[in-house]
Amino acid sequence: MKKVLHKLSGFKLGTTLMLIILVAIWSTPTLGLLLTSIRTQDSAANSGWWTALADPLGTEWTLQPYINAINGGMLDSLLNTLIVTIPATVLPLIIAANAAYAFTFIQFKGREIYFASLVALMVLPLQSALIPVLRGFVWFKQTTGIELIGNFPAAWIVHSAFALPLAIYILRNYMLTLPPSLLEAARMDGASYYQIFWKLVMPMSIPAIASFAIFQFLWVWNDYLIAFIFVGEQKPVMTWKLMRMLGQYGGGWQDVAAGSFISLVIPLLVFFSLQRYFVRGLTAGAVK
Amino acid sequence: MGDIIFGIASIILGVIGSWGLYWLLDRAVRLLPIIWQEKLRAVSFLLPAAALLLLVSFLPLIQTLIWSFMDARGKKFVGLENYIDLFTSVEFLGILLNNFLWIVFVPAITVGVGLMFATLTNQVGPSREKIFKSLIFMPMAISFISAATIWRFLYTYQPEGRPVIGLLNAIVEAFGGTSQPWLTIDAGRLNSFLLMIIVIWLQAGFSMVMLSAAIKGVPEETIEAARIDGASVRTIFFKVVVPQIRGTIMSVFITVLILVMKIFDIVLAMTGGNFNTSVLGFDYYRELFVNSNFGSASAVVTILCVLIAPLMWLQIRSVRNVEENR
Repeated sequence: MKKVLHKLSGFKLGTTLMLIILVAIWSTPTLGLLLTSIRTQDSAANSGWWTALADPLGTEWTLQPYINAINGGMLDSLLNTLIVTIPATVLPLIIAANAAYAFTFIQFKGREIYFASLVALMVLPLQSALIPVLRGFVWFKQTTGIELIGNFPAAWIVHSAFALPLAIYILRNYMLTLPPSLLEAARMDGASYYQIFWKLVMPMSIPAIASFAIFQFLWVWNDYLIAFIFVGEQKPVMTWKLMRMLGQYGGGWQDVAAGSFISLVIPLLVFFSLQRYFVRGLTAGAVK
Repeated sequence: MGDIIFGIASIILGVIGSWGLYWLLDRAVRLLPIIWQEKLRAVSFLLPAAALLLLVSFLPLIQTLIWSFMDARGKKFVGLENYIDLFTSVEFLGILLNNFLWIVFVPAITVGVGLMFATLTNQVGPSREKIFKSLIFMPMAISFISAATIWRFLYTYQPEGRPVIGLLNAIVEAFGGTSQPWLTIDAGRLNSFLLMIIVIWLQAGFSMVMLSAAIKGVPEETIEAARIDGASVRTIFFKVVVPQIRGTIMSVFITVLILVMKIFDIVLAMTGGNFNTSVLGFDYYRELFVNSNFGSASAVVTILCVLIAPLMWLQIRSVRNVEENR
């Protein structure tokens, strides 16, 4: 296909040039903010970032905005985001892998109907559950004395629940491709379903698990709504902090810009180092 | 420091705990008579997932549906009042119009832009393709809030007499226009369209990656045959390539459509729903946190669910198709 398209177009250079222009346009908004994050407050407020780009040597570059953002608690927020994100990625994966295993290899009554409702749940908006779940957490506090709201576990629970339909769907799709003969052989050798899952199916499903893990990691990292409602200002995550900075303006654009880029470092690292798995996950249907 | 230890401890405990839970469930089932073991085998793997979905997603949905017929505090049954109030308010009709515009423009344009990037990057050779694709795809890793920061800065407006620092206004002035506070201009819903550009910018990479993979899967013989028949590049693209990737086009379209229907963060961070830019996802937030009206907020989200319901059906159907073709 690619070879033919080459022959068809014949002007590879023109296409490349066009792509360079398009990619430049696509990257300009990010570049503008990036340059602003290393300018002084005075120059960021009084001249466009493109003037600094036109005269890079005559411009005063500074890391002060990053220092300001860190002094404003951005590193604590980074930590909070990590503590929300890692369990909210690992837990739904374990739970979903078990469920996907049952959906793939164990016969039970109503399997198809349950699976269809799972697919329907995939598109359910998060908002439909927020108030009742919030109330449920309040009730939980009253009966057990354990405060969930304002603490990390609240976010883990909600993120896990809303990740499940998609995670089960993707993992089941992958497990369907595993050779059934291998599992039958293990059954013959007297392995229990439980052993087969942990020793055979789970390790063999690593590629699908990796794809979904990256996807879920980025999703939770970038989430605002769940963090805002269930964790809030007691343990501010980065999206929360950034939203706050956006609302205040006081410090000027360069501080918001620096905060924004601090929040981007880890997702971009994850994204570029694991892009291959991420793309594989997408093409397998890993989208909310 | 305490938080770090708490975080690490909870990660370890969580993993061991959930593994232990499944171990316990397996043990419990094995204590039962053989007949019951057979029947309950699936349960020991499904129970945690089912409990979580039931408690945090399904039952809350039902509760929300019920609340949509109750008053602001969720205490008294008020029938259809919340819905009547919504559909007779000009503001809410404006919100529906915005949602409609988002639905009409964003998914189609995202598919179009993605298709353009996919065909262009497919023509420049593997190494360049990889670089270009990474750069276009990059916004996928950015949160809606960060994207809003990036674009609010681009659209930013300084009062007259102050130097222009927003790129859009700088371009407008370079062509002889005057600076405008763009996000406040709702004539022709201009500001809503400015917000849509952000989502297209974010999602085009996803669309490109999906469609590029699909185009690469088109068998060369079909294109070769069309070429021998003397078809032009354009004809080959629209008559041979596009029909063969229709399935992928549909799934990208539906995915972006679902995302757009639930859109919330972008509106919150860009305009706070002001200047007639609000959408259903945001109106829910406003009813809940600004007006503290449980009933009305639930009604808004119910309307959103009703609008999304046909997509659930589409989703189930497309999954069925995939299964049958397996």
